[in-house]
Amino acid sequence: MNNTMVNIKELPEEELFYGHKACAGCGGALAVRLALKILGPRTFVVCPANCMSAVGFLYPSMPFFVNAFASAFPCTGAVLSGVEAGAKAQGLKDFYVVGTAGDGGTADIGLQALSGAIDRNSRVIYICYDNEAYMNTGVQESGLTPFGAKTTTSPVGTEIKGTLTHKKSMFEIVAANNISYAATASIGYPQDYMNKIAKAKANQGTSYIHVMAPCPTGWSMATDTTVSIAKEAVNCGLWYLAEYEHGQFKLNKDPKQFTPVKNYLSQQGRFKHLSDDQIAEIEHHRDVKWEKIRADWK
Amino acid sequence: MTSNKQFISGDEAVALGVKLSKVKVIAAYPITPQTIVVEKLSEYVANGTLDSEYIHVESEHSAIMATLGASSTGVRTFTATSSQGLLYMAEGLPFVGGGRFPVVMMNANRSVAVPWSIFGDQNDSLSTLNFGWIQVYVENAQEALDMIIQSYKVAENPAVMTPVMVNLDGFILTHTYELVDIPEQSLVDSFLPPYVATNKMSLDNPQSVCIGVGPDWHTEFRYKQHKDMTNAIQVINDVDAEFGKKFGRKYGGVVETYHCDDAEAVLVTVGSVTSTARAVVDQMRQDGYKVGLLKLRFLRPFPIEEFLSLNDCVKAVGVIDKDFSYGYEGIIYTNVNSAIIRRSNVPVTKNYIAGLAGRDITKEQLTDMYMDLLHSDKNSNEDRVKFIQCKVG
Amino acid sequence: MIRPQISKFTGPKNLNEVPVPTAPGGVLIDKNAGWRNVRPVFDYTKCVNCLQCYLVCPDGTIYKSEDKLVVDYDFCKGCGICAHECKLHAINMIPEEE
Repeated sequence: MNNTMVNIKELPEEELFYGHKACAGCGGALAVRLALKILGPRTFVVCPANCMSAVGFLYPSMPFFVNAFASAFPCTGAVLSGVEAGAKAQGLKDFYVVGTAGDGGTADIGLQALSGAIDRNSRVIYICYDNEAYMNTGVQESGLTPFGAKTTTSPVGTEIKGTLTHKKSMFEIVAANNISYAATASIGYPQDYMNKIAKAKANQGTSYIHVMAPCPTGWSMATDTTVSIAKEAVNCGLWYLAEYEHGQFKLNKDPKQFTPVKNYLSQQGRFKHLSDDQIAEIEHHRDVKWEKIRADWK
Repeated sequence: MTSNKQFISGDEAVALGVKLSKVKVIAAYPITPQTIVVEKLSEYVANGTLDSEYIHVESEHSAIMATLGASSTGVRTFTATSSQGLLYMAEGLPFVGGGRFPVVMMNANRSVAVPWSIFGDQNDSLSTLNFGWIQVYVENAQEALDMIIQSYKVAENPAVMTPVMVNLDGFILTHTYELVDIPEQSLVDSFLPPYVATNKMSLDNPQSVCIGVGPDWHTEFRYKQHKDMTNAIQVINDVDAEFGKKFGRKYGGVVETYHCDDAEAVLVTVGSVTSTARAVVDQMRQDGYKVGLLKLRFLRPFPIEEFLSLNDCVKAVGVIDKDFSYGYEGIIYTNVNSAIIRRSNVPVTKNYIAGLAGRDITKEQLTDMYMDLLHSDKNSNEDRVKFIQCKVG
Repeated sequence: MIRPQISKFTGPKNLNEVPVPTAPGGVLIDKNAGWRNVRPVFDYTKCVNCLQCYLVCPDGTIYKSEDKLVVDYDFCKGCGICAHECKLHAINMIPEEE
């Protein structure tokens, strides 16, 4: 794990995202809550169309206790740059600008603006909370939906059974964009996630934190398993904890032995249709990826 | 006051207006024929003569949303675009308009693809009339510079808090040169003080901006938006009068009329064609024709009163549209008709479609339009919409 | 720290009271308590204040009160993550009484 250790016992007690109407057990809400614990009250949140904005801005109830901007869907990166420029132009100091975009709002419709923000090296933090589908609009397939997953636009039919493509490599994409600091994280490892947010907080350029945030509603799983399933994804190698800084990749956690992917997949309704071939494809894809990770990131 | 006249283009005049208005954040994406505006502005920033952040955005959608992001922190902002870019940022326009932020944007009026053209007409901005922006159309480079400054004063008025789009005809205004009086910075400062934001995110008083409103209260928010925009007419007129007193130039407010008091036929013009029409009015008046000109400066808020108060001697009103709404008629014509129909004495109205994608509107064409109006018959069944000098129809 | 409170909302009564679409942050007008079927209850004989439950609650409803952890039942949705993650089984999910 990295060196900046956030002390849980010294976390501020203020809740800056509270009383919202997210689903019980929402991974995304936890990701946003923990990020704001680290960033504190002098934060401007930019939240594009997603579950957090749907539950975060309905007049007259405003669950963000910090400044928050409900942005259009494609432009989180642009609004981040704009808010930072506006705050800078009036001489504000000691403030943080953070985007809380979903996977669709990052890897698909938001990719262009994210690339622009990184290119400008705006002093902003971009958090992608990844629940692996367009959850807010009803669980449709996104560029970060994993192979085989059932979504409402990649249903299990007679000819096609679930998503046919693998997740886009967002972490590698932002690294190729020469970002100042990027990290993958998981709400299954909240200490590691908060450490990375703290690092992003101190970074003078653009930061990208990709945090896996399971969705009990969309993944068809028990609401109390959100954190444990997120941990399981890392333990079976389907997600990884890594960083990119000073132009170098660094793997944070290298499991000596992966737990069986079936342990992870079987807890989620969205995978219950998987054939042995599909599971083999998932394992094979994981193995190819980890061969590369272990060769290049250690 | 000392006069500092420079021979500059419309685009350059806009850039100078932005510099004089001491804008703090600019986010813009280049598109012909707006490019000179953003090039000059980045020059001023690079030389330190304009103390502003310049955000190199990667698209027009990002341009308007980055501008909005900055404006929401409470600083004066500017962006500029044209045609395809305006349509690409279309989603962002009601964000700014409905969110009630005083952004000022210059739009170079240019034809909208397809067919593809870089030349000027007004289909682009007229297609965005419904998004809650005040829209003004200028006649020359001097008015362009002056209206940038006036627009900030109008937009930032706490009773208005509505963005303003300043439109220049593409190439005809953006790229032609004229002598423009550049006001002194100190004079502009005394007219346009720094922006004190009432609608902003603040570290001392956290706000949620661009919020959602459900069916229970949505109508009320929209009604307020509409009322505030209608009340802006008074502010627009007052700001123009005050500008006139201070700078020695004024433009008449929401409209400017020329020889309308005893006119029998009036042409309504928007943008640069007004200058040509004025010359035609002068010539025709010499020849004994009672013709007049109504320069429609603001399309939103729409100046209904000014059409109601045209004298009853006006028997025919012609509207020149450098745009078209396919399957119906010119957009300005639709807007003017809806005001005129409220009169007790309704003149005949005609729509002249001219100047599409940069085609010249000549003095001869304008003279023909006036003659057509003077001979028009209210009871005739002829098509009220005419495509001028259309080779096939 | 002052816990987030519920405010009363009456709505604008005339045009002058209608705001622009910008609203003060941190305003809550109703509880989430009605979402629950089960509620978390601490067994303080087992709890060692490791704060893991406080950390992983998506809604932030577990908080420190004097020397122990308590639940803000106005906003707890009963997801059960706290109980599931507590290694010492110091939290039990008890059915809501009718």
